[in-house]
Amino acid sequence: MAAGANVATEVRPMTRAERATRAALIAVSVGFLGLLLLAPLGAVLVQALAKGLGEWLASLRDPDTISSIKLTLLTAAIVVPVNTVFGICAAWAIARFEFRGKSLLVTLIDLPFAVSPVIAGLVLVFLFGTQGWFGEWLLERNVQVIFAVPGIVLATIFISFPYVARELIPLMQQQGSDEEVAALSLGARPWTTFVRITLPKIRWGLLYGVILCNARVMGEFGAVSVVSGHIRGVTNTMPLQVEILYNEYNFVAAFAVASLLAMLAILTLVAKTLVEWRSGTGGH
Amino acid sequence: MAGGRIVVPSPLPGFGLTFGFTTFFLSAIILLPLGAMVIRALGIPPSELLAMLLDERAVASYRLSFGAAALAAAINAVFGFIVAWSLVRYDFPGRRLLDTMIDLPFALPTAVSGIALATVFSPTGWLGLKLAQAGIQVAYTWLGVVVALVLIGLPFVVRSVQPALIEVRKDLEDAAESLGAGGFNVFRRIILPTILPALATGFTLAFARGIGEYGSVVFISGNLPLKTEITPLLIVIKLEQYDYAGAAALGFFMLVMSFVMLLAINLVQQWGQRRMGIGVAR
Repeated sequence: MAAGANVATEVRPMTRAERATRAALIAVSVGFLGLLLLAPLGAVLVQALAKGLGEWLASLRDPDTISSIKLTLLTAAIVVPVNTVFGICAAWAIARFEFRGKSLLVTLIDLPFAVSPVIAGLVLVFLFGTQGWFGEWLLERNVQVIFAVPGIVLATIFISFPYVARELIPLMQQQGSDEEVAALSLGARPWTTFVRITLPKIRWGLLYGVILCNARVMGEFGAVSVVSGHIRGVTNTMPLQVEILYNEYNFVAAFAVASLLAMLAILTLVAKTLVEWRSGTGGH
Repeated sequence: MAGGRIVVPSPLPGFGLTFGFTTFFLSAIILLPLGAMVIRALGIPPSELLAMLLDERAVASYRLSFGAAALAAAINAVFGFIVAWSLVRYDFPGRRLLDTMIDLPFALPTAVSGIALATVFSPTGWLGLKLAQAGIQVAYTWLGVVVALVLIGLPFVVRSVQPALIEVRKDLEDAAESLGAGGFNVFRRIILPTILPALATGFTLAFARGIGEYGSVVFISGNLPLKTEITPLLIVIKLEQYDYAGAAALGFFMLVMSFVMLLAINLVQQWGQRRMGIGVAR
């Protein structure tokens, strides 16, 4: 990682005061991160296993929990590919062409990062709820969006919208398009050029964006909470199932589901680090 | 820039297709729904809208959401800087692991960090018990909101400051030291001015995220009206009570604040670029 670059430049031996400062600052950092990050993570695992491995497994075998896992996987299976295709398209248009209003477009793509997740759910109610613009039309056709899976998918697309695009735009801008232009001038078809030249060049950045997008999609709570209606076994994703179990004081079960999500988070960090290492960048 | 034309000609194909799809998808998924809420909010007579926004419970929620987000971002500015400094300047066992862990709040679902913090800081929890003995209650008070927002905002500050710290010119520091400047003076005169824009960016990003945060806060805050109720929660409550107008009004206000924050982030970054361009010769 690039963060190590400055460490080796230390030539002059440290004075006693510098050594003391160093020790103090490292101690503060480790203490702060330990309290803030490790204690909660540890709490999840300890609580999940408070009554043993058998109880943990039994909690995860609950039919409502299983259906919440299925719904989370289904949502991710729809949302991640959709936002990946969007991200590639947006990055191609923005990084490869100069046009008016580009910075406005970039700002609008970033908008979901600045908006509260609760708003992402709320706005869908004004479109598809019974009082919303399309509410009556949907009712006549017996299609339910709010308090149903389509609403969950739409809210999740909203909040995870920028992830892939944001990774790809700076990467593609930095790489330039000389190789694509060369391939095209030699007679390669546009699609072939994209698959054979562009895609291999951006694969690590793309993977990085997809990993982050997936973590957000599977873990989203606020936006989904507003549109889900919390119908057990039907419209509960894993984070919502965690909330329901927790509010029922069913702590072992709540933390059992939470422990799966925590493992997903750790896997995400590992995958992210591997991708940074493979692509030779320091990440952010 | 594009000069006089709308699109600069390029030998590359696919502009129409990708630009068209991007704008269509953006409009359908983001702009149309946001527009529906804004139109609903602006359909409320102005005096009623104002009364809803200045309602006692709403104002108390702004105070908590904005106050806790600002305090949490300030705490992160201090500790996030120390963490970034330790990670960039020192080598110690576990440094790489710690560096990876910084992104945990990005990867961990907010509901999970929410119930975990509530458990750790509850009066019977590991930390809550110790704090309770010292007479401090964190869970179910405004302090709990601050703790949750510190967790959520940490990576924004550390990841903003780290690259800036790598850029600080060691030769300037050494020169200052050789001329007799003490450690604090070097920090104040050389290091702080170089990283200030990055620190300001990290603060603003953490603050902006904190204002809208929901999942990690609602479990630890206790959600008492007028006391520990954040604005996003108040929106959810209005919606559950079928008070669509009230939810639209508060949602509209939060959206306006999001735009203000986006503008602030842009201004801070522009200020930083100007400052780095003029201030330090590269």
